[in-house]
Amino acid sequence: MSAQDPHSVVVPLYRLAHSRTGDKGNTSNISLIAWDGDCYAILRHAVTGERVAQWFGDRAPTRVTRYDLPGLEAMNFVLENVLDGGVNDALNLDAHGKSLSFHLLDMPVSVPAALAARLPDIPALPPDPPAQA
Amino acid sequence: MTPPPTCLQEETLPMPDSVCLVGCATGFSGDRTDGAPAVVRSLIARGGGTLIFETLAERTLALAQLARRQDPEAGYEPLLDELVGPVLADCLAHGIRIVSNFGAANPPAAARRIAALAREQGLPAPRIAVIHGDQLDTPAQRALLRERLGARLDEVEVVSANAYLGAHEIAQALRAGAQIVVAGRVADPSLTLGPALAHHGWADDAWPELGRATMAGHMLECGTQVSGGYFAVPGLKDVPDLHDAGFPIAAIRADGSFTITKADATGGRVDALTVKEQLLYEVHDPARYLTPDVTADLSRARVETLGPDLVAVHGITGHARPPELKVNVCYQGGWLAEAEISYAGVQAEARARLAADMVSRRLGDALPLRFDLIGALSILGDDAGRRLAAEPDRQRRDVRLRVAGEHATRAVAERVLREVTALYTCGPAGGGGVRTSLRPRLNMMSCTIPREAVASGWRWLEEAA
Repeated sequence: MSAQDPHSVVVPLYRLAHSRTGDKGNTSNISLIAWDGDCYAILRHAVTGERVAQWFGDRAPTRVTRYDLPGLEAMNFVLENVLDGGVNDALNLDAHGKSLSFHLLDMPVSVPAALAARLPDIPALPPDPPAQA
Repeated sequence: MTPPPTCLQEETLPMPDSVCLVGCATGFSGDRTDGAPAVVRSLIARGGGTLIFETLAERTLALAQLARRQDPEAGYEPLLDELVGPVLADCLAHGIRIVSNFGAANPPAAARRIAALAREQGLPAPRIAVIHGDQLDTPAQRALLRERLGARLDEVEVVSANAYLGAHEIAQALRAGAQIVVAGRVADPSLTLGPALAHHGWADDAWPELGRATMAGHMLECGTQVSGGYFAVPGLKDVPDLHDAGFPIAAIRADGSFTITKADATGGRVDALTVKEQLLYEVHDPARYLTPDVTADLSRARVETLGPDLVAVHGITGHARPPELKVNVCYQGGWLAEAEISYAGVQAEARARLAADMVSRRLGDALPLRFDLIGALSILGDDAGRRLAAEPDRQRRDVRLRVAGEHATRAVAERVLREVTALYTCGPAGGGGVRTSLRPRLNMMSCTIPREAVASGWRWLEEAA
């Protein structure tokens, strides 16, 4: 399966999974929990530690570790030194990095079209109409 | 369907699992304070249990220590009256025990306040136990911290140094008949493990049981985060009556395995999704979740939905506890300055970016600064500003510039506030709504120390210093 495969489509992770961030010091953990077994199978090959490290490249994590929890159809990413020092040191408004899970959920992944058709979605709004005189 | 048991089978069967119920009514200092009454009603309806309040995030204790320096009877959870007052009579009347870390930096004072609350409400004096030993302030303990943390400890003004205690002191106090147990720093899951340990009487090295009950505590320790709080995404994961989400209750069996539900007649939801999210919250290696009591292992965890708002968690086990106790040392961390100003309409984003450039040039290298464009990029960027610099001006028309800086010297940090305020007249056109804030910072370092270095235990309030 690839992005060029006519039977596959690219979708954001939030259509396949949900997520929550936790923090300890300068380390963030981000869970990724599949809606079901089909989604989990996709996550396991598409959302690697390397890919997550790239996706959070602006935050320059020094290490990203992925732990798999097949019994929960979930994985847990641990991103080290990604919080600019953490809640005590960072100047960020969200010094805990609480919002990082929703950044992960925007990552695009390729899925079979048949699967995509039954995944939850948030329909995009049409572009703003031109301003009225 | 199971055939009805014969008399013989009935006699040889073990007693039905005696279940330990623990309900949690706050997940941090600053949480909703109205959760306890519904939890207590639900515990009473199920025949009794323990009510816990978790109120002590990492820095909360240092803030409490600062409060105690101002007033020797302060330094515990400031909202103690609001948390305990409404449920104290029902808890005492129905044998619901209360266990909490709301003692913060001054557990004896919190215990005295609860005793006073009981008197004010005309209740009989409760048997209150006070946990001690988490505060590390003897010369020998400070010397040990210096050994573990090194010279960096000499360079800072320490506000608080506390070891994370475990569940054993809580369990001992409950077994001795305490109706209320007041602690300072204990590991959050130990607030739940304590009552479970007192109830089931596990051995000190019953690691699988301790591991499972510890994870029950982990599920409870953030309040509604397991029962619909911190979960809702409209259209993807909706939560009924989120404004009234009920606080959680765990039912812990004799083998430590547990189910999670929530207070009756409340909003929120408990299902496989909410339970999985909380199970992994603040977990690093799922095979090694460390507490003072046990190394819990949830790498093979499974969840099973048993009914509406009722989920069982299976597959957890535990291994030997870590040899040492974790210590947090909080110290004065200088000053955090934050200032904001808004721009709207044509070239709003360009004007906000120009204002940021002005402040950066004028403050130069005086202190590290961070710039955010609220409405464009204010969360996902890094403190070094790499992402903001790379992000093109997308001509957003409703943008609020935030400037943050920190410095050990108050007067230097204050310059951030003055420079942003001066943008009113000296900055780009149409800046409005300046707000500024200057706060002392608390920073933290951590290490571990041998268990023998910590003299932990419990006393009745009447004996506590």
